[in-house]
Amino acid sequence: MLEELGTNDQGDMIINVGPQHPSTHGVLHLVITLHGETVKKVEPHLGYIHRSIEKMSESLSYRQFSYVTSRMDYLSSHINNHACALAVEKGLQLEIPGRAQYIRVILDELTRIASHQLWWGALAMDLGAFTPFFYSFREREMINEVMEETCGARLTMNYIVPGGVMFDLHPDFQKKVKLFLAEFKSKIHEYNELVTGNVIFQNRTKGVGYISKENAISYGMTGPSGRGSGFKCDVRKLHPYELYDQLKFEEITEEGGDAFARYMVRIREMEQSMNIIEQLIDNIPEGDIQAKTKAVLKLPKGDFYSRVETARGELGVYIISEGGTTPYRIKYRSPGFSNLSALNDMAVGGKLGDLMATMGTLDLVIPDIDR
Amino acid sequence: MFLKEYFKTVYQTISSLLTGMRLTGYYFTHTKEIITQQYPETKPALAERFRGEVIMPHNETNEHRCTGCTACELACPNGTIKIVTKNEINAEGKKKKAIDTFVYRLELCTMCNLCVQACPSDAIIMSNAFEHSVYDRRLLTKVLNKPGSKIMEGVE
Repeated sequence: MLEELGTNDQGDMIINVGPQHPSTHGVLHLVITLHGETVKKVEPHLGYIHRSIEKMSESLSYRQFSYVTSRMDYLSSHINNHACALAVEKGLQLEIPGRAQYIRVILDELTRIASHQLWWGALAMDLGAFTPFFYSFREREMINEVMEETCGARLTMNYIVPGGVMFDLHPDFQKKVKLFLAEFKSKIHEYNELVTGNVIFQNRTKGVGYISKENAISYGMTGPSGRGSGFKCDVRKLHPYELYDQLKFEEITEEGGDAFARYMVRIREMEQSMNIIEQLIDNIPEGDIQAKTKAVLKLPKGDFYSRVETARGELGVYIISEGGTTPYRIKYRSPGFSNLSALNDMAVGGKLGDLMATMGTLDLVIPDIDR
Repeated sequence: MFLKEYFKTVYQTISSLLTGMRLTGYYFTHTKEIITQQYPETKPALAERFRGEVIMPHNETNEHRCTGCTACELACPNGTIKIVTKNEINAEGKKKKAIDTFVYRLELCTMCNLCVQACPSDAIIMSNAFEHSVYDRRLLTKVLNKPGSKIMEGVE
């Protein structure tokens, strides 16, 4: 129930943050009860960017429905498409060619780096530092160029399709990715110099937005936000899909549970993603990019679930099929929604200014929460 | 003890701020790495595969490759494409189905490339044009086959 804005019986002030507020990164509406400057309650109100993607997908065929998921978590659109493709492939019992698997994993990790770079810039901007945004976009632009050359789009790619990938790699792909890796490796120390080591930033994030491991698990927090509380929840390790069981990489966890721990998880995760790409980029096998499929896909009767690790956490795609060409029901378990539910627990007792740091390190993408 | 802590904090603060400022100063004095694109003045170099809009290529004699099979219409998730067919009488006096108008509604298109993938005769492709802003919404509804165009010889 929406409480009336203004002042309540105890003299607390009830205010809106959003839906038009720059640090909510979209149309998130928070109704906040304030005692002085201390936050007593945070109540998120959703629905401002609801596009009924789940209902819409029921009238789309199994080839068509995955393009909409690029518009859910638009910063990890490859990984969303990947989750849909995996669910359909599970239903069709398709064997994916090795080349397509390599391409998928490399692009997933590139997307993760690009997403974390944008988050880093935006977080620093939320906390009052403007320049880091430009530094992060300088490197992110290199990834976007790679995506544009290979996939044909910069943000909403629709490149990973059921059965494989849409096109073959661009001839320059390997060269450009290696160039990016070398460039980013030589520049990542700037990220630490500018923001991580900065005293103002540390004072604004250390001890802010604390959540314990038990609470993180009970709220269903996943991804870097969950791992910042020491909860080992990386789907790539727990339920490996595609090539992840053959790859050597660390699952990053921090024990702090505060905003700074979540920050460090993402910074260190970028290095792990680069590590994964380096293992794959030279060994992309030759061969087909798509498994042979029929023109019209029909899933057998039953239900199929796939889970992947997006840049924000665990994305689950649950398809119920009646045996026809369109799904009977699709449910997305989006990471942003669960992570947002923990916001009240994190922000209560803190100051209003710290709420921005808490929200920034949760890395919320609002279209992912509302769908 | 308190004083020692105090001065340690002051030293740490100043040194960490100077570390950041040094980086900013480096890029302030080394301006050779300009990454900003002056967009409206210089057009960006777009990748070959960049998806801007759907077009139907015609050759010099005003012929296209579209047979009017409506595979693209079925593949489109948004109802962007509408194909109106007509019956044409060819040179041998036989009736043959051909397209009358290939309606493409740019305002509904999400550039997902599914229609181009579905086309069996490679009649439509994605072009690089991306500056689509117009003053009237009706201008976004386009007819892709040029007036008086015919299907290319040999395309079935």
